[in-house]
Amino acid sequence: MRLGLGMRMYYAVLTLVLVILFSIPFLWMISASFKTQVEILSSDKWLAFGAQLENYFMVFREYDFITFIKNSFVIGVASTIASLILGLPAAYAVAKYQMNYFSLTVLIAKILPGITYLVPWYLLFNKVGLIDTYAALILSHIVLGLPFIMWVMIPFFESFPSEVEESAWMDGCSKMRTFVQVVLPVSIPGIVTSALLSFIFSWNNFMFSLILSGENTKPLPLAVYGFISGTSIEWGALMAAACIITLPVLVISLITQKYIVSGLSAGAVKG
Amino acid sequence: MVSAWLDRNMKWIFTLPAVLFIVVMVAFPIVYTVRISLFEWSMSTNTPPKWVGLSNYTHLLTDERFWGSVGRTFYHASVSIFFETVLGVLIAVLISRKFRGQKIAKTFLMLPMVATPVSIALVWLLIYEPSIGLANQILKSLNFKPLAWLGSVDLVLPSLILLDIWQWTPMIVLIVVAGLTTLPTEPYEAASVDGASPMQKFFHITLPLLIPTILTAVILRLVDLLKTFDTIYATTQGGPNYASETLNLMVFTEAFHYFKFGSASALMMLFFLIIMIVIVTLIALKKRLGGLH
Repeated sequence: MRLGLGMRMYYAVLTLVLVILFSIPFLWMISASFKTQVEILSSDKWLAFGAQLENYFMVFREYDFITFIKNSFVIGVASTIASLILGLPAAYAVAKYQMNYFSLTVLIAKILPGITYLVPWYLLFNKVGLIDTYAALILSHIVLGLPFIMWVMIPFFESFPSEVEESAWMDGCSKMRTFVQVVLPVSIPGIVTSALLSFIFSWNNFMFSLILSGENTKPLPLAVYGFISGTSIEWGALMAAACIITLPVLVISLITQKYIVSGLSAGAVKG
Repeated sequence: MVSAWLDRNMKWIFTLPAVLFIVVMVAFPIVYTVRISLFEWSMSTNTPPKWVGLSNYTHLLTDERFWGSVGRTFYHASVSIFFETVLGVLIAVLISRKFRGQKIAKTFLMLPMVATPVSIALVWLLIYEPSIGLANQILKSLNFKPLAWLGSVDLVLPSLILLDIWQWTPMIVLIVVAGLTTLPTEPYEAASVDGASPMQKFFHITLPLLIPTILTAVILRLVDLLKTFDTIYATTQGGPNYASETLNLMVFTEAFHYFKFGSASALMMLFFLIIMIVIVTLIALKKRLGGLH
């Protein structure tokens, strides 16, 4: 459809306004992270860079932020790898043998409220001493990652041409080896994106960590949330922390942009 | 011969680990929750769990706080979904036209829904801060009185709804944009020949063709909306005075602030039931409406 110049300008302005509206909280967060507490409180300056990087240094100096980042990485990477190990073969079998009832079960696991598992997990993990261990958090985050990885990979494997596998079988390659040496290497783009998104789910997760983690395993969202429990809130440091925690997921989502929609359709970035 | 056996049974060998995991981590906990819901069981006292049958359920059904949470859950979800859908479809139609910078615009729109929810909650906590927050600064500059956004019983849910609209309208936009790219071009050509206005095309062609996509987006979004937790918990914890306590928040508080696992489990089953009813209704609706096209 051809539009006149006036119409085009109108749409351009409208789009710009929208983009700004959806960006303002982020811009506000970034600008506050560079301000001193006084500048934030005085509130007449939108752009003040009095504190500059001081807030960022403070986050690392006064809180054990490196440890929280490490915890989040360990839990995110381990749960994603485990989800791949469990999910890839399962997705392949579901795709090749049309086990639809199974993929439906997996989807139900995604629809249920996370809290439905959290109470029994807490009771059981408490009994066997798993609270505040990496194992507890990794196990719980696999429940976020596994259904998602399967949901993305099932259609991916379904569209994989079966002639390729059949010719490998003809050459005497076992089905297991065909999967590992023929199917998986070709599927790397899908695997990488679903793995990155599964990592984001783990990185963003708040509710499970709130209950299952402790002083030794506290991941970032919980640590950042902990900053506001004090009597006076250091807004600058808090916003710096919010920026730091959001940065990796923003980078990842820029890389995986075109898969985000299907990713969200399969569940949620939330728990 | 081992490999021949493996080949024959690959279907099961490949799925067994995942099935076992789901049984242990998902199915078993649900059964366990059903069982706990029949006990009076509190970790905050030293009394052992006591079988009480369905009394946890009957208590809840006569509890004002429970019905309040049900009401708030539906209020929060329905107002949010209404605005997210209307805005989402309009924005999608706007940005699906080809223009320079379309990709950048889409990227920016995507940010709110991938950013860590706790970060989002904290930013909005600062935005809604009564004396220094952006929201009240804007009101002041327009000569309005500042408001106690999250601190007022009447305003807290609308404030959280506004947050949710900001955070999740982009999801509807992206799904609808994806749906728009699959629409056939013939009806538009025919309409152009007939001299239809852009408005007429939108209401008579685009919207009817989009209904299955919109319904999918609504179902996906609604499933998550009913379970909203991170942003509410991190901003208000359900307060002030229960005014933002939705079902998810209430289950969490009952279980992990008061450690009343019995009644929390019963509450969870009712919550679960409500979500299932909503989803099944919507899917049935989608089947009927989707069948028309």
